[in-house]
Amino acid sequence: MPHRTFLVFIAPSILAMVLFITLPILSVIVQSLFVQHEAVLITVENCTPFGCEKETRVDHAAMQALREERPLGQFAGFANYLNRNHLAVDEIGAILSNNQGFGDTLSRIFNLPFYRALSFTLLYCFVVTPLAMALGFAVALAVNTLPRLMKGPVIFFSLLPMIITPLVGSLILSWMFNPSGILGASLQSLTGDPGLSLRASPIMTWIVLLVYGIWTNGPFSFVVFYAGLQTVPQDTMESARIDGANRWEVTRFVIIPHLAPLATFVALVQLMDNFRVFEPIVGFSAEANATSLSWLVFNDLVGQDAQLFGSAASTSVITIAGVLILLAPVLLRTWRDFNRKAA
Amino acid sequence: MTDIANRRPLALKTLTTVFLVIWLIAAAFPFVWTVWGSFKVEADFFSRQSWWMAIEGTRTQAQTGSAFTLQGYEGAWIKNEFWKAAINTMIVTLSVTIISLTIGTLGGYALARSGYRYAFWILIAALVFRAMPHITLVSGYMLPFFELNIWGVLPTTIIVLVAINQPFTLWMLHSFFLSIPKDLDESAMVDGCTRFQAFRMVIMPVMWPGVITTGLFSFLLGYNDFAVTSMLLSQQNQTMVPKIASFLGSIQNEGNVMFAVAAVVSATVPLFILVLFFQRQIVSGLTAGAVKG
Repeated sequence: MPHRTFLVFIAPSILAMVLFITLPILSVIVQSLFVQHEAVLITVENCTPFGCEKETRVDHAAMQALREERPLGQFAGFANYLNRNHLAVDEIGAILSNNQGFGDTLSRIFNLPFYRALSFTLLYCFVVTPLAMALGFAVALAVNTLPRLMKGPVIFFSLLPMIITPLVGSLILSWMFNPSGILGASLQSLTGDPGLSLRASPIMTWIVLLVYGIWTNGPFSFVVFYAGLQTVPQDTMESARIDGANRWEVTRFVIIPHLAPLATFVALVQLMDNFRVFEPIVGFSAEANATSLSWLVFNDLVGQDAQLFGSAASTSVITIAGVLILLAPVLLRTWRDFNRKAA
Repeated sequence: MTDIANRRPLALKTLTTVFLVIWLIAAAFPFVWTVWGSFKVEADFFSRQSWWMAIEGTRTQAQTGSAFTLQGYEGAWIKNEFWKAAINTMIVTLSVTIISLTIGTLGGYALARSGYRYAFWILIAALVFRAMPHITLVSGYMLPFFELNIWGVLPTTIIVLVAINQPFTLWMLHSFFLSIPKDLDESAMVDGCTRFQAFRMVIMPVMWPGVITTGLFSFLLGYNDFAVTSMLLSQQNQTMVPKIASFLGSIQNEGNVMFAVAAVVSATVPLFILVLFFQRQIVSGLTAGAVKG
């Protein structure tokens, strides 16, 4: 296809992506270097019949003018990245130089908001992805043995947890896990502990969020693996059986290698999606015990009186860097494959 | 494979069946339970005594005189104007789907037919864009949109969602176009069609299955989005998902959780219908990306 025609065909797509994906990334980088204006304070004298007193308050008019003049705020360099709410360089330094052992260091670092969010995000990514894939694979193997007529309805119900709006899905589960919901109440009576609440302890909250993640991510792996199972060469399976391989060995040495490329694809997509985990934290109102990088950005942006654009932007830049690190192996491999093909 | 080789021992058969039943309960029961509970009063659905009350509807019977009540739906749809949010959702999702597909088919076709290096790099860039968490992009939009005074309205949100959706749409349509032989459009062009005519009159008619599948996923993205719609829409323009989220803040305290439950069920119904009718397309779409990509 000639360059000109190509350009005409792809122009609207590219324009949309440049305007609303590339430019926002640049805008985030610029914003992350600024902080919101400090409050302009004025002292006014309030005189009442009983005397005069001085009062300091925020000059809203002056603030307004300042914001209109320089909407980005004050230039702050890298201060946003280094402060307590982000990389917390000073705090980390203090903790490392003065601590009572390894456990103390970890728990104090874990108390810094950014590192808390980062650790939960990574945990969610690397626990949910493999477990959801294992669940999906198991369901795919099981569904594959069903008679034809049963497959349709079973696939229908299996798709539901994936297709559901993430916020809605997490709300549904959170109501069930509520102490007066069906699962929460059953757990209380099973363990005989009437005070048991999934919100109360951080560990429980984390487990519930991970369970939600596996529940909602499993079906995607299931569908892909199920489709892959249909393409496993029957001859190889048959000859493996004739050579005396048992069922497990056939699965291990014929089916799994056949599905390996699919598994890489699923893992990549799931890691990308799980890294932005956000809705479940809102849905389960879990922010007291578990936060994620996306949630930190959201929290800065919905701030009641002032939106902390600078702070949100620097978390965003760090998150984007995280995504690139996560994608790096894939990108490197593609680059190498491409060069080999070209050579 | 012959049936004898495929015959499974009883133990394995039982194990698979039990596993599948447990999975199906895990997958479907939350929905069944919530739909059932949405017709009860709060004292039943969130019963402090026993969840059996939610099944029998003891309190619902006492409070309303019948075992089922529409109070939750009435409160959500009429009192809290959920219908407005439903209309907004319809506008947003339909526009997102149509615009995404229009510009996506053009772009995907070009990517599939161009043999040059840059087509490959555009696809890789799209992959990176696809991985960007939506909320990080949103924090880039907010300030410029405030400054340009286009924050809070539906068209802005639609365009943003189209753009966010574009990388995925391009990838998917590109792989569908690759499966259509090149000879088809080339022979049309030999017969005197321009490139666009070949695309419009020869390729598009055989592309419908791919377009419908991709459209389903664009629809789902627009419908399920929370990050973009909750940040970029003003209160009166809210779509269903941010509206449900705002219920949580304002209603939970007043003891009207059931409004949120009813709203959640209402928002789920269209998705059920979608899966019911397009199950095969959804499955084939997920697979197409995997097997070819």
